[in-house]
Amino acid sequence: MQEAMINKAKQLLADGTVNRVIGWKKGEFVYDITPAIFETAEELDADFVYNEFTAANVSKYLVKESKKEGKILAFLKPCDTYSLNQLTKEHRVNRDNIYVVGIPGGPKLDAEKIKAKGITGITGIKNENYTLKIETVYGEQTMPFYEAISDKCASCKSKKHVTYDELIGEDGDVLESNRFDMVEKLENMTAQERYDFWRAELSKCIRCNACRNVCPACTCEKCVFDNPESGVENKAASNSFEENMFHIIRAFHVAGRCTDCGECSRVCPQNIPLHLLNRKFIKDINSLYGEYQAGEDTTTKAPLNAYTTDDCEASIVHERGVE
Amino acid sequence: MQVNDNKEFQPLIVAFCCNWCSYAGADLSGTNRLNYPTNVKIIRVPCSCRVNPMFILRAFQRGADGVILCGCHPGDCHYTSGNYFTRRRMTLLFSMLDFLGIERDRTRVEWVSAAEGAKFAATMNEFTEAVKKLGPNRRLEDLRCKKQ
Amino acid sequence: MQRIGVFVCHCGTNIAATVDVKAVAEALGHEPGVVISREYQYMCSESGQNLVKDAIKEHNLSGVVICSCSPRMHENTFRKAAAAAGLNPYLVEIANIREQCSWIHKDIATATEKAVILGRAAIAKVHLNAPLTAGESPVVKRALVIGGGIAGIQTALDIAEAGFEVDIVEKEPTIGGKMAQIDKTFPTLDCAACILTPKMVECSQNEKIHIHSFSEVTDVKGFVGNFSVTIKKKARYVDETKCTGCGLCTEKCPMKNVPNEFNMGLDNRRAVYIPFAQAVPKVATIDPNYCMMLKTGKCGVCSKVCSVGAIDYKQQDKFIEEKYGAIVVATGFNPIKLDKYEEFAYSQSPDVVTSLELERLMNAAGPNGGTLLRPSDKTHPHTIVFVQCVGSRCDDSKGKPYCSKICCMYTAKHAMLIREKYPDTEVYVFYIDVRTPGKNFDEFYRRAVEQYNVHYVKGMVGKVTPKSDGKLDVQASDLLANEQLHIDADMVVLAAAIEPDKTARPLATMLTTQMDTNDFFTEAHPKLRPVESATAGIFLSGACQGPKDIPETVAQASAAAAKAIGLLCKNSITCNPCVAHSNELMCNGCSSCEKVCPYGAITYQDKEFRMPDRTTAIRRVASVNPAVCQGCGACTVACPSGAMDLNGFSNSQIMAEVDAICK
Repeated sequence: MQEAMINKAKQLLADGTVNRVIGWKKGEFVYDITPAIFETAEELDADFVYNEFTAANVSKYLVKESKKEGKILAFLKPCDTYSLNQLTKEHRVNRDNIYVVGIPGGPKLDAEKIKAKGITGITGIKNENYTLKIETVYGEQTMPFYEAISDKCASCKSKKHVTYDELIGEDGDVLESNRFDMVEKLENMTAQERYDFWRAELSKCIRCNACRNVCPACTCEKCVFDNPESGVENKAASNSFEENMFHIIRAFHVAGRCTDCGECSRVCPQNIPLHLLNRKFIKDINSLYGEYQAGEDTTTKAPLNAYTTDDCEASIVHERGVE
Repeated sequence: MQVNDNKEFQPLIVAFCCNWCSYAGADLSGTNRLNYPTNVKIIRVPCSCRVNPMFILRAFQRGADGVILCGCHPGDCHYTSGNYFTRRRMTLLFSMLDFLGIERDRTRVEWVSAAEGAKFAATMNEFTEAVKKLGPNRRLEDLRCKKQ
Repeated sequence: MQRIGVFVCHCGTNIAATVDVKAVAEALGHEPGVVISREYQYMCSESGQNLVKDAIKEHNLSGVVICSCSPRMHENTFRKAAAAAGLNPYLVEIANIREQCSWIHKDIATATEKAVILGRAAIAKVHLNAPLTAGESPVVKRALVIGGGIAGIQTALDIAEAGFEVDIVEKEPTIGGKMAQIDKTFPTLDCAACILTPKMVECSQNEKIHIHSFSEVTDVKGFVGNFSVTIKKKARYVDETKCTGCGLCTEKCPMKNVPNEFNMGLDNRRAVYIPFAQAVPKVATIDPNYCMMLKTGKCGVCSKVCSVGAIDYKQQDKFIEEKYGAIVVATGFNPIKLDKYEEFAYSQSPDVVTSLELERLMNAAGPNGGTLLRPSDKTHPHTIVFVQCVGSRCDDSKGKPYCSKICCMYTAKHAMLIREKYPDTEVYVFYIDVRTPGKNFDEFYRRAVEQYNVHYVKGMVGKVTPKSDGKLDVQASDLLANEQLHIDADMVVLAAAIEPDKTARPLATMLTTQMDTNDFFTEAHPKLRPVESATAGIFLSGACQGPKDIPETVAQASAAAAKAIGLLCKNSITCNPCVAHSNELMCNGCSSCEKVCPYGAITYQDKEFRMPDRTTAIRRVASVNPAVCQGCGACTVACPSGAMDLNGFSNSQIMAEVDAICK
């Protein structure tokens, strides 16, 4: 796949379709991969990677990149295309300046899960028949592929590219996913249990803002939490209220816009399951206002920017679920 | 939170009322001398759709024990559609607060028309009682904002 | 530094009896920024107002808080007083300590405590008040009427009468609308053409009225007082300025078999046609779907016979742009399609007709020259069955949930006219209810029953079956007699529900006006503002707002005209200054605000910005038109970045109030 992508990128650079490529580049470690811009064939050959660790969603970078001179080639996994569509819908990207090559998603791996098995000093990884052959400085180790799949891929919602100019490989389908299971589990707890669960999770928050910075829906020119005039500005979550406030408001601001790409939880250094807040909104929206998938297209009105005259009343919250 | 002489818990209730229906409804309950507790403090907004979730969280942060939002009945909004947006926003916000384990009875949306002075007073009586039962807001308070 | 004056009103004993006003004034006097705190018997009295005015001048106040009755009562009084003393009127805030405090509480201690808190909240807010100036926006003294039926005609005539220019845009080749197709009108039975066509002529002769027939509105920009509208003048392949309406082309055209829509397809017209003899403008139109010359380039007969050279096969659609101060929507209605009502055999038998088709069948200018004949064999019908509520008051998705309102009366009219002209014809009317509210309406219906012996049967027709002998078997139930009926009818007439014209919905989108689920335009207030849309400067006339008969339509048309005239009379309109505004530096250009704005007040533009890293970037940013914005604030919450804020009720003002209350 990596080979095919590099060739495609070189071809599109050569024929002038694009003048830059956004993809992923090797980091210090094999699993330590970051999104990067490539401008030449040489750069591509030297650094471009695509493997089991290229989980990062590059669509957010296109907010800036698509406003620059010339077209940029973006390799997008199915989940990333939803984000791009959502950004297109909100006029945050200039879609005309982006050449999207859709690439198959395939489950990405979570290095933390491998490390959790006590495997350290990783230098290389190969997937052979769903067994990971992990080269380490201490010799080769193995573990089942499925045990290392990142959480966001384990509850994959779709293998379909909702926007692309070209595809490498076949397009997939929207999947039946189990992504609301945990939300449901929480809903079935008592209020005290839910409170305890979230207190335990959110109190870990160090307000590093990684969740916000990676979120393709959080592209505000100025975030309310950075704006002294907003009245809610704070730089550090100094107490439980601010932890709540930050995450509630962040989830509310992306409600109806979040495509459920799962990046927020993936990048959280404290492993807070932040995606559950977004999924709670998605689940509520689906059940109360009809199925809605943000980013599925670029035209449907967002559920919070729409209404019907016979929407349920807010008291429905009192009427359902566990007190 | 206010504490009176006999130490009975007195919740602080913030009520956001839209100018055209609910604020007028509140005025009407005054004109008709329909009592409701002093715990309720009203903030006037042009439309219920002006109420940002941040205002509600802010009230809880600063010590409110309950927040109620009142607007025109669906279909009667002075701005034709404002309260429909309010309804969706507040449903989702309240559901999220519930999801985080915040007591459901601390939040409420009620549609009160300019003619429903009696409903306004009854709603405020009921809501204050419900919040009183819950006791002080502990789950969404900001200790720094606490009164000495 | 703020210099705030606080004025606490006793309101006689209304406040002072339960609130210790002296204590309130004393407590609020210690609030930050407060330089004077006074109490007085009646703040709203002249001497009370003078107290405020003098204090503003004496202490050079930067803000005023009045603790008194509801702002809905005297906010304006105190704003005016402040303005008179040279303080911006929007630097006044009211703390409602009467309706929301003294009148509802009994305990003086707690009521006083609450009054102080309400006063503090108002002080906290006024600290953040900014002086606001109501803007002015000029009014273009020209009106647009969309739709040239009786509603549009009446509105246009009234506006022109008041001395303003009016344009009528009509999608058909002639104005006149549905009323032109109607034979007689209830309850007076005068001929529709006789009362309508003089008005049509009046329109064409009035110098202030400009008729754009065969035209459509394709784009609307702007706002109250200053709309910019694009009108598409569809190619009619005839030069309107040359055509004299002699009609020679319409006689010579060899394409004879074009269904005549004016006669509901009951007879044919030519490919070049004038819809009816009294059409206005009386100009021929070539139907490109049938014209051989336009389709194949062979023919050209009309061009040869036209003595003035009006035929122009190369004519193109033309777009004109015009400015208007007011727009009146008068798009009218149509009967619904009956394809979902197969039980009435509408598509199987030509003798099953709609009421509007019957109008044409009975009209002297109709296909049979006014003699009522069965469409199938042109014989005189002896038994006619009318079916009411076909698609009206329907609780399933086949029809409409509402009552079409006009059917009961026009059916009584039809029945009466038929019995009058052809006494040997038996007429049955099947109804759910007969609804005849209106002046002389019930008398009219009773005349049909009592004087003309029309058989009114309460019950619905279940099925109409064409029989081999050419008759129609009408199977129905008589609910009062509780029996099943079979009637051998010669004709069946269906009172099809009426629905808004299909062009209404796209038009509503262009106008940013609201519609109900049935596509009727929604009025600004169902009782108090029935002819205005919620969007300023857009008015509603006739059946586009709901089913209406002719007198009601005309009444509403004149009312809409009066509202439009009221607007056009003004040289400029004063805008509410408490409107939204967007901070361009923070705006994402995401369109969320635009999506929730009920008034279409928000537009976007690409602007160049100097970025923090010294580059320039072009960003899409929202801007609010203060003349259109009504200040609801929906956009402020939809905006994730907080770029959108509302004057007079800003985020920081409301949060300051929250903080003051929760302190």
